[in-house]
Amino acid sequence: MSTATPGTFTPQPGAAPLVQQVRAQAAMETKLLLRNGEQLLIALVIPVLALVGGVVGAERLGLTFDDRVVDVLTPGVLALGVLSTSFTSLAIATGFERRYGLIKRLGASPLPRFGLLLGKVVALFGVMALQAVVISAVGFALGWHPHGGVIGAIVALSGAFLGTLAFASLGLFMAGTLRAEATLAAANLIYLLLMMGGGVVLPHTSYGGGAGVLRLLPSGALGDVMRSGLADGQCDALGMFVLMVWAIAGSLLAGRFFKWE
Amino acid sequence: MPESSAPAVEIDGLVMRYGDKVAVDGLSLTVERGSITAVLGPNGAGKTTTLETCEGFRRPQAGHVRVLGLDPVTQRRELLPRIGVMLQSGGAWSGVRAEEMLRHVAKLHANPLPVDMLVERLGLGECGKTPFRRLSGGQQQRLGLAMAVVGRPELVFVDEPTAGMDPAARRTTWELLQELRADGVTIVLTTHYLEEAERLADMVHIIDRGQLIATGSPEELTRGSSATVRLVVDRELPADAEAALRAAVSTWSEQHQVGLQSISFGSRTLEDVFLHLTGRELES
Repeated sequence: MSTATPGTFTPQPGAAPLVQQVRAQAAMETKLLLRNGEQLLIALVIPVLALVGGVVGAERLGLTFDDRVVDVLTPGVLALGVLSTSFTSLAIATGFERRYGLIKRLGASPLPRFGLLLGKVVALFGVMALQAVVISAVGFALGWHPHGGVIGAIVALSGAFLGTLAFASLGLFMAGTLRAEATLAAANLIYLLLMMGGGVVLPHTSYGGGAGVLRLLPSGALGDVMRSGLADGQCDALGMFVLMVWAIAGSLLAGRFFKWE
Repeated sequence: MPESSAPAVEIDGLVMRYGDKVAVDGLSLTVERGSITAVLGPNGAGKTTTLETCEGFRRPQAGHVRVLGLDPVTQRRELLPRIGVMLQSGGAWSGVRAEEMLRHVAKLHANPLPVDMLVERLGLGECGKTPFRRLSGGQQQRLGLAMAVVGRPELVFVDEPTAGMDPAARRTTWELLQELRADGVTIVLTTHYLEEAERLADMVHIIDRGQLIATGSPEELTRGSSATVRLVVDRELPADAEAALRAAVSTWSEQHQVGLQSISFGSRTLEDVFLHLTGRELES
């Protein structure tokens, strides 16, 4: 702990160019999202296991679909990937950022608030792109044949985008109002419940009578949109509409109740 | 007033309330550039609220605040790159490594200090790879200080900088703050350590219950009013000297009809000033 030469600390203040700040922020957010083993479990390991397990064990589980199993499950697991990152990971990370005063600290740095948000958004889409690559690769390895063509891909991407808005706003609403530990528990629990019974991996038709109500959940709606696009090249209009409604509702709630500190 | 010659901080009649509770009650003070200014007061005196208002986190409910000649709320984007802020606690991702966090904050600035130098100066090397949530309180404080200065700011706000630090780390922190001042950086620190204010500060503002109760250099404050007499002797006094001195002074006071309020042995410190000032307020 030596002393510095005089002049070392002479003021020379200034903000880095905004692009550099946002790039640094996005890189850091991405790195931290991927570093956390628990998040990685939720983002990659569980979806891949669900896909492989579902395809291999469909018969034994008594699952029957109109299409080939892998063609139904892969779009659903892609939807699960969106749910895991934009809702669960985002909510948990944001909850602890509030707890540890990060958002306040960065609020006193040259990084503007929209730069902070932009960094988060870039990190979210980066992680989801990685998930999509891994899940699709596993799907292809299991014999997945998407039938939707370009239109189907556009439908799926639009659905993923709307789903991200819906889930991210709901996740931020939760993280912005609950304590960090409560957010951690609730975000994981909701993820598991929606994965098993939310119409995301399995179409609502698999759940028997009365399950049509799942189409009104953001999870069911996103699953339907992904399946309609990637299996049939159609657009599930109800699903899109439901996602839009959830995105608006979530944004209103987050905007009203989210506290940065 | 042109921005370049404006005082580092000007607070005029600041009032801040949380519900019914008045946190800052008509506070006015000025911080000159290139100085270390301590805002001293007990917990709950309104120090952090005042600092956070200067940092633009809170909007003054009454009164005015100018920092480097700028309004911290409406001109925040202009102001923030020029100041450094050390929060009282926290300020990082829970899983980020200490050194990684410092490098990140450095990247947000145009001309950051060399990160390695700060890591070495503040003894962060040993915990550079440790996730933030596992750092000790003192290590988190040192990282917080490093993050506050890495952008080469003109003005640094440090909130309780040495709370939770061991004596060695505290000394290192004091040295760093003194070097910053020597290089022309203005420092505003809050503390409830009287020794810290006495050792470091050029100016001390004592705050209690949201009000300024004394201002001055440590020397001015500890010199006290004209009624304080200080006796310095050239050797250690025998055990009975204190009683004898008290008796002699009492006799002299009676003869000259001087009301003797107290006799203390040892030196007057900021602590004396503080207790005197806050004690009187408690009685009133």
